[in-house]
Amino acid sequence: MSTHSETMAHGHQEHTHEHGWKGYLYILLILLVLTIITVSASRVDFGSSTANVVIAMTIATIKASLVALFFMHLKDDKPINGLIFVSTLLFLAVFLGFCLVDAESRFDTRPGTYKGPVDQVAEPLKNVDAPVAPAAAAPAAAPAAGEHGAAKH
Amino acid sequence: MSQAHEASLTEHGGHGDDHAHDHHPFHQHHFATMEQQFDASKIGMWLFLATEILLFGGLFVGFGIMQSKHSAAFIAGHHHLDWQMGALNTCFLLISSFTMVMAVWAASNNRNGNKQGILVTNLLLTLGFAGGFMVVKYFEYSHKIHDGLLPGKFFHYTGPDLVPNMFVFFSFYFMMTGLHGFHVLGGMGAITYLIIRSLKGDYTSDYFTPVDLIGLYWHLVDLIWIYLFPLLYLIS
Repeated sequence: MSTHSETMAHGHQEHTHEHGWKGYLYILLILLVLTIITVSASRVDFGSSTANVVIAMTIATIKASLVALFFMHLKDDKPINGLIFVSTLLFLAVFLGFCLVDAESRFDTRPGTYKGPVDQVAEPLKNVDAPVAPAAAAPAAAPAAGEHGAAKH
Repeated sequence: MSQAHEASLTEHGGHGDDHAHDHHPFHQHHFATMEQQFDASKIGMWLFLATEILLFGGLFVGFGIMQSKHSAAFIAGHHHLDWQMGALNTCFLLISSFTMVMAVWAASNNRNGNKQGILVTNLLLTLGFAGGFMVVKYFEYSHKIHDGLLPGKFFHYTGPDLVPNMFVFFSFYFMMTGLHGFHVLGGMGAITYLIIRSLKGDYTSDYFTPVDLIGLYWHLVDLIWIYLFPLLYLIS
């Protein structure tokens, strides 16, 4: 960690925030404008749903960065706090990335004990388990059971 | 921000009883200086926030996987959410984050009580906006419960736009917004504690660690909602 000469000079009176409070107000206004942009952008079709998701998440990340840097003071804080935050996000990215890649290689995301309906598309108007769905260990619901018969056990 | 951590450490090495002359009532004996105490508390809070991010991260990962598996059900489910309510709640949380950071600013500049009023006012405003968030949440939840749009096996919606597996969306909706809602309630309790102690005049520029740490927590609650709002209410 670097030793700042001004740290010496100010002493312990200056814990934080040499600046005034108006900067926070500007950040709030930017955040509110970005919220309006997020809502408006969700109304526009950017070609694919993936594009819309990417745009929405990008705006959310800009907003989150503003909150973290200014409201949570990471911009002027000790580097260790930012390091903890960023490394957490890094591990979250590993978690998310590997799970999403892995999800493509699996047929069935049901837990082994789950009895309810999950992976069927055959009956659009009923929330029932399809007869072809690979049943878990438990006796599967009859195909003609009530709309959520399998889940009622 | 200039915190005198390094400086105080070097000073402290020179003369052992350096901190005795300004012994603060909230200075715990196992910390050499108030700065060290503040920095240690702050690192602890950031580590806690890291666990919070990973806690919600698991739900976000599950949401991502299930949305890719059941995109039709997720889109149908999302049409049952009122984006205006969500946007209103987003504004409530963003403004409450602003009033919270103003409270931290007031506390850290509170010398001889000259920012006491600003501190208490901003904490009360933060609590008010958090309460507003929960009121909106109450109306949203009661509407979902009335329609039978409930998680997992409790799902019993029978409208014309019923899509198979729509309950998966509402499982995630209730778990994510519910866990977030409990965080808001916890934050409201913590802010109430801050208000009580602020009224006693405990927080000054020499000692405002609780305001700073609960502020960080409150911003994280806001930060999670910044992602929840577009994911749940807007994606189509």
